[in-house]
Amino acid sequence: MNIYINGLGNVSPQVTTDSKVFLEEPINKEGVSFWCIDPDYKAILQKANLRRMSRLIKFGIYAAQQCLLDANVEDLDAILTGTGLGCQKDTEKFLIDIYGNDEGVLSPTKFMQSTHNTLSGQIALMLNCENYNFTYVHRGASFESALLDGVMLIEEGAKNVLVGGLDELTETYLTITNRMKMWRKEQINQLDLFSDKQSGTIAGEGASFFLLSKEPTPKSYAKIKGMKILFKPKSIEAIHAEMASLLNDSDIAFEDLDVVVLGVNGDPAQDKLYDDLKEKYFQEIQLTAFKHLCGEYKTASAFGMWTAAQILGKQNIPEVLKLNKNDKPRLKNVLVYNCYNNSNHSLLLLQDVNA
Amino acid sequence: MEEIIEKLKIQLIDQLNLEDLEPSDLDSDEPLFGSKLGLDSIDALEIIVLLEREHGIKVLNQEDGKKIFKSIRSIAEHISAHKV
Amino acid sequence: MSKKIFISGIGMISSIGDNIEDSLASLLETRHGIKAIEFLETKHRGKIPVGEVKASNETLSQRLNLPTKDSHSRTTLLGTIAAREALRNSGVDLKDGLRTGLISATTVGGIDQSEDFYREFLKDPTKGKLRHISKHDCGDSTENIADDLGIYHFVSTISTACSSSANSMMMGARMIKHNLLDRVLVGGTDALTRYTLNGFNALKILDPGHCKPFDQNRKGLNLGEGAAFVLLESEKSIRQRKYNPICELTGYGNSNDAYHQTASSPEGKGALGAMRLAIKTSALNLNDIDYVNAHGTATYINDLSEGNALTTLFKERFPKIGSTKSFTGHTLAAAGSIEAVISILSLKHNFIAPNLNFSQTMEEVNIQPVKELIHDVNINHILSNSFGFGGNCSALIISKL
Repeated sequence: MNIYINGLGNVSPQVTTDSKVFLEEPINKEGVSFWCIDPDYKAILQKANLRRMSRLIKFGIYAAQQCLLDANVEDLDAILTGTGLGCQKDTEKFLIDIYGNDEGVLSPTKFMQSTHNTLSGQIALMLNCENYNFTYVHRGASFESALLDGVMLIEEGAKNVLVGGLDELTETYLTITNRMKMWRKEQINQLDLFSDKQSGTIAGEGASFFLLSKEPTPKSYAKIKGMKILFKPKSIEAIHAEMASLLNDSDIAFEDLDVVVLGVNGDPAQDKLYDDLKEKYFQEIQLTAFKHLCGEYKTASAFGMWTAAQILGKQNIPEVLKLNKNDKPRLKNVLVYNCYNNSNHSLLLLQDVNA
Repeated sequence: MEEIIEKLKIQLIDQLNLEDLEPSDLDSDEPLFGSKLGLDSIDALEIIVLLEREHGIKVLNQEDGKKIFKSIRSIAEHISAHKV
Repeated sequence: MSKKIFISGIGMISSIGDNIEDSLASLLETRHGIKAIEFLETKHRGKIPVGEVKASNETLSQRLNLPTKDSHSRTTLLGTIAAREALRNSGVDLKDGLRTGLISATTVGGIDQSEDFYREFLKDPTKGKLRHISKHDCGDSTENIADDLGIYHFVSTISTACSSSANSMMMGARMIKHNLLDRVLVGGTDALTRYTLNGFNALKILDPGHCKPFDQNRKGLNLGEGAAFVLLESEKSIRQRKYNPICELTGYGNSNDAYHQTASSPEGKGALGAMRLAIKTSALNLNDIDYVNAHGTATYINDLSEGNALTTLFKERFPKIGSTKSFTGHTLAAAGSIEAVISILSLKHNFIAPNLNFSQTMEEVNIQPVKELIHDVNINHILSNSFGFGGNCSALIISKL
C-alpha cells in the first residue's frame, strides 16, 4: 500500500495552522485543560455561515480548508470525519433550552447544529461536493475509522480524499469529567506532563485534517503503508503481534523503525501499557509523544498522525516531541501507536515518500 | 411602532446570531428573506420562537410565517396588532 | 473486487414488533405501531403520536438477562436485542476462526440516559448520576453490543443522521470486499428521547396525527425508535460453513445533496446520485428493480424531493413504490437497517407492505405508492432509500438469490 499525505490542516492548542511551521516555538501553558488557538475564521468563512457555527465546526472547517489549500486540491472524491463527542456545545445548548423552557417553544438551530455529521455536511456545502460523505463516532477509534475508510476508497480508485479527526472542549464537559476524575488535580506546565506520576491526564481539543491521494506531489509529506485498529486486545503480546504483522506486510523489520510516536498521556494507569511496550520492544528506538501538546481527547490520535507526517516531511523531530534520544540522520519509517481508555488501540505505519 | 421596530432589531440580531451587525445595519423595510442577510427556513423558525417567547404570539406554521415575515416592519406591525 | 455479499441473519425490534416474527406478522396484517407515547417521560405525552417499542427499559433488560436498574441505555438495549437475534438466526459460530466485525449506527447514542443526567446537573453541577452520563457518546451502545456478543475483530460506529445504518451496511460490505473481514454484523439503533422529540418538534416537521407519506396533505413525520442488524457474509464464510443465506446485498451508493443543512434540494440531486450509484454497483438495469422502499418520511420537503428524484431516475417505468414509515415511524439512525430488514422480509415472503394513509397524489409530482398489501408477488430486487440531515443520501439494493 502507498497512500500519499499531500496536505495537512491543523487547529490545536499549539501554533499549527501553517503546515510550513513545525512546533518551532512550542507553547508551554499552565493548566489542566488546553484549548485551541482560534485562528481568524472570517478570513476563510463567510459571515452568513459563521453565525450558526459552534467552535468545533469553525475550527473543523478552518483545518479542512487549510488542508485543501496546502494540497492545492479543490475537487474531492470523499469527505470523511471522525469525532468522539461531536457537537458537544450545541448538544448542551439544546438541552439547556429543553429544560429551561420546559419542553416548550425551542430553538431549532441548536438541535440541527448538534447532529454529528454537521461538519462533514458543512464542508460538502462549502465545496459543493456531492460525493461520498461519512462521519464516524466511535470513541478513540473515530478518526481511525474515518482514515481506514479513506484508505479503502483510494484503493477503490478515488483520487483525493479528505480525512479529519476533531473534538471540542466545553466547560460543562470539563466539570462532568472532573467529577469522573479524568484530569490532573493540580495545574501543571503542559510540557512537564511526563515528569511526574500524578494520576489523571490533561484535557485538550483540536481538528487535524489530511488530504490523501493515490499519487504523490512535490509537497507530499509521507505515505501511509498500513494501519490496524484494535478493540480490547488481550495483552501487550497481542498488540506486539499486530505491530509485527503490520510491519511484515510492508517488509519492514522492527530495527528499521526510526521513530515510534506514542499516545502517552501522563496518567500512570493508562501509560503502563506504553511503558511495558517500551521496555519490551522499543529500547533502541527514538520515541516521541504528542498529548502534552494537544491534550487528551477521543480524536487526539489525528494530532499524533500530524506529528508523524511532519517528522517525515521535514526530516526533523522537534525537541519538544522527544521522549528519549535515539536520533537517526535519515528518517524513513514511523510507527504511530495510540490507545484510548485502554479499549481503542490504533497502529499507523508511515514512510518517507522517497523510501 | 418605531420603538417596537428598534427592540425587534436587537432581538433578531440575538435570536439569529447575526454577529457583527448593529440595529442600524438592518433596514426596516427591506425583504428579510432573499436579501444579503442570507436568512433561510431555519431562521424563519427562529423568528417564530422569538415571537412566542418574547411577545407571546403564536405563529402556527411556516405558511403564515412567510406572510408575516416580509420585512422587519411587517413583523413589528403583526406584534403591535396581536399584543398580549 | 467483485465479491458477493450475502445476508445470512436478520434481527429487528421496533414499534411493530419485538422480533422478526412479530414484525412480519404486523406487516402482513397491516398493523402499524404509531400510538400515544407510553414510556418516554415528556410533556408531549398525549399530544404527539410516535412509534414506540412497547416495553420499558426494565422489561427490555429482563429479556436480555441484564441487571434491570440503570444497566444500559435504551439505545443499547434495543440494539442488543436486534443484534443477538441476527447473530442467533444466522447460525454463525464466532469461534470458527473467521474474522467478524460489528459496525453499528446511532444518532442519539445514550442521550436517553444522559438527558436525565443533564436535567439534574443543569440545576446543580454536583448532581446527576455519573453512570447516566458515562453512556452519552455514540460508541457506548456499540461497544456494549460487541462485548455482549463477543465480537472484537473490528468495532465501529457511524453517525450520518437518517442514513446512518444504511451506511454501516455499506461500510461492512466494502470491508468484506477488501478482505479485512469475513463477515460483519451491521445495522443501527436509536431510542426515543426528549432530545429528538423536542428537536423535531422545534423544526415543525412532526405530524400531530398519523403520518401520510407521499400524500398531498402530508403534515410531517412520526418519530419512531428501534434497532435492526443483519449479518453480512463473504462467499468464503458461507462456503466454509455450508450455509444457505437469505439473500444478497447487491448494490449501494452514498451521495451528498450539498444544498442545505436539513432540507433536501427540490430536485433531489443527492437522492438521485445515491440511487444511481446503487444501480451502478449492482450492475442491474433500472427495469430489474421491482420495488422501492422509499425514505418517505411524510415531510413536505422529503417526499417532494424524493418524488422528483424517483421520477428523474425511473422516468415513466416506475416500479412499485412505498414508504413503511407509516408502520414504524421514522427510526432515525436505525431507519436504513430496519427498512433493509423489511425489504428482506418482502423478498423472502413475496409481499409488499402498503404505504399507509395515502389518498391524494402530490400536485407537483406523480408518485402512486402501493396502497394495499400485495402478496404472492414475485420480487427479485428492492431499492431501499435513506436520506439524512447534512445532505447525506444513501441507497441499498437487496436481491433474492
